[in-house]
Amino acid sequence: MSRHPAIELSEPIPGVGPLEPGRSLRDVLRTAAPVARPLAGLALPLLLLLLWFLAAQHEWVAPQVLPAPSAVWDTLLAMAQSGELADNLRISLWRVLAGFGVGLVGGLLLGAAMGLSPTFKDYVYPLFKAFSQVPVLGWLPLLMLLVGIDEALKVILIAKAALVPVALNTLKGIENVPRQYVEVARVFGFNTRQLLVRMVLPAAFAPIWNGVRHGFTHAWLALVVVELLASSEGLGFLIVYGRQLFQLDVVMAAVAVVGVVGFVLDKLLALVELPLLRWRRTGF
Amino acid sequence: MTIVVQHKGAFSRSREKAGDEGVGLAADVSPHPHPLPPAGEGAVSPRVPAWALWHRVPRPLRGWVIPVLLLATWWAAVQFGWSHSPLLVPLQKVWSTGVEQVTSGQLAVALGASLWRDLAGFAIGAGAGLLFGTLLGVSRLAERLVAPSFHTFKQISLFAWIPLLSVWFGLGDAAKVAFLSLAAFFPVALNTFEGIRAVPRELLEVARVFAFSRWQLLLRVVLPAASPSIFTGLHLGLIYAWLATLGGEYLLVSGKGVGNLLIDGREHFGMNLVLLGVIVVGLVGFTLNWIASRIERRLLVWRGASARFH
Repeated sequence: MSRHPAIELSEPIPGVGPLEPGRSLRDVLRTAAPVARPLAGLALPLLLLLLWFLAAQHEWVAPQVLPAPSAVWDTLLAMAQSGELADNLRISLWRVLAGFGVGLVGGLLLGAAMGLSPTFKDYVYPLFKAFSQVPVLGWLPLLMLLVGIDEALKVILIAKAALVPVALNTLKGIENVPRQYVEVARVFGFNTRQLLVRMVLPAAFAPIWNGVRHGFTHAWLALVVVELLASSEGLGFLIVYGRQLFQLDVVMAAVAVVGVVGFVLDKLLALVELPLLRWRRTGF
Repeated sequence: MTIVVQHKGAFSRSREKAGDEGVGLAADVSPHPHPLPPAGEGAVSPRVPAWALWHRVPRPLRGWVIPVLLLATWWAAVQFGWSHSPLLVPLQKVWSTGVEQVTSGQLAVALGASLWRDLAGFAIGAGAGLLFGTLLGVSRLAERLVAPSFHTFKQISLFAWIPLLSVWFGLGDAAKVAFLSLAAFFPVALNTFEGIRAVPRELLEVARVFAFSRWQLLLRVVLPAASPSIFTGLHLGLIYAWLATLGGEYLLVSGKGVGNLLIDGREHFGMNLVLLGVIVVGLVGFTLNWIASRIERRLLVWRGASARFH
C-alpha cells in the first residue's frame, strides 16, 4: 500500500540511464530493483546466521541447546560422507513414494467415482467425510495395534494423508466443471469416454493437480511424524536419535535435510504442472 | 485434516456451479423440456434396472448404509466368534468404556487439557500470523526482506520442530503451546498475506478518493476485502492446531490429554480405549470445524452469496 498503484500503472518502466535532473532517488532505486530484489530476501537469513554464529562463538547459549552453525555443517558433511544420510534418505523417500502412490491412485479413483456418480457419492461421501475428520495422528495408535510398527504402518498412514486432499479436490474439481461444457459436449454427440477424456479431465485438471500437491505436502508431513514416532531408520528417526543423545547438531542437520528434500519434491511437482497446463494459456 | 482448496482470491469468480448432482453426464441427446435434465443417477443410462437395489434406498438414508453394514459385520464377527483376536473388542465394550470414561471424569480432564492447550496455542499463533501476514501484505519492503525466509521455514515439516522445541522449552505445556502456535501461525500468515495481495486496486482507488487515512484504509478496506482469505487461513490454522495438539501429546509425552489417552490405550493393548480415543478426536475436530464454519458464515454475511465453504 506504500506505492500508488494508479500512478504506477500509467508510468512507463524507467530505463537504465544516467541520473537525469528530473529523476528522483526513488526512480533510481526502482531501476536497481531487479538486481537488489532477490538479494533483499537474503538479508534476514544472513543476519540470523550471523547472530547464531555470534551466539555460538561467545557461548551466549549453551552449545547443547544451540550448537554452532559450523558444527551443524560439519555434522551434515560427516553424515553425507559416511553414507548415513543417503541410507536414511533412501528409506524415507521409498516410504513417502510408496505411500503417496497408493494414496494418489486411491484418491483419484475415489474422487472421480464420487464426482461422476451421485449415487456413489450418496453412499460413500458421509463415511469418507467422517473418516477424514480424524487426522493421521488419530489413526496412528489404532493402526499400530492392527498392523504393528512395520513398513505397512508407514505406508498406510502416508497413503491416508495423501488420499484425503486428492479425493476431495478431485471431487470438487469434477463437480465444478461448468454445465455449459457438458451441453457443448452433448451437442457434439460425445460418448462417455470422449466426455471423460476430452472434457471432464482437462476441465478439472487444475483443481485435481492442486489436490495432488496438497496430498504430497501432507504425505511428507505424515512421513516425518511416523518416523519420529515409530521407526528405527529414516530422516525422522535421525531427528529423534539426535534428540535422545542430545546432539542438536544432528537434529538440526536432519531438519534441514527434511526441509530441503520436501521443498525440492514440491518444486518437482510444480514443474510437472507447467507443461500439463500449458494448453490453457494458448487455448484462449 | 479435511482441507478443501479454496480460491485464494478475495473475490472468487462466481462460476456457475454444477451443483451437487455431479457434472450431469447423461449421454442422451434429447430435446427435453428441461434443457438439462437433472443428472439423476449414473453416468451412462438414466434408466434404472429393476435389480439395482441401491437406487431404491431414499437419498438421505444412503450415507448410513455402509457404516451400518460395517458395524453389523463387526457385531457379527464378535457374536459368532469368527476371530478370537484380542483386538476385536465387542461393540458394547467400547460403549461401556466410553460411559466409564465420561462418568469418572477422566475424559473431561483429558479433553479439557487438550482443548485448553489447543485454543491457547491457536490464539497466540493466529494472532501472530495475522499481524505478520498483514505486515507482509501491506509493505513491499517487509515482503522483500522477510517473505523468502518465511517461505523457507514454512517448508520445514511441522513436526520436525518438536525435538528442537523440546530442548528449548522442555516437555511441559510451554513446549506444546509453542508448537501449536507454530502450527497455526503458518496457514494464518500465508492466507492473510495472499488475501491482502488479492485486494482489487479499484477498492484502494476509491479509498484514496475518500481520502482515507492509512489506518482507515487498513481497517475499513483492506482487511474486510481480504477477510474471506483470512478466514480460510484461520480455519486451516484451527485444523492444524488440533492435529498438532495430538502430535504434541504423542511426542512430548507428559501431562494429560486426549493424545495421552490414545497412547495409554495402545500401550495396554486396550483396543476399546483406542477406538474411543479415535472417535473423540474425530468429534472434536468435527466440532471445531463446524463452529469455525458457522462463525465464518455469520461474519461474512455482508459479502453476499459467494462464500462457499463446503
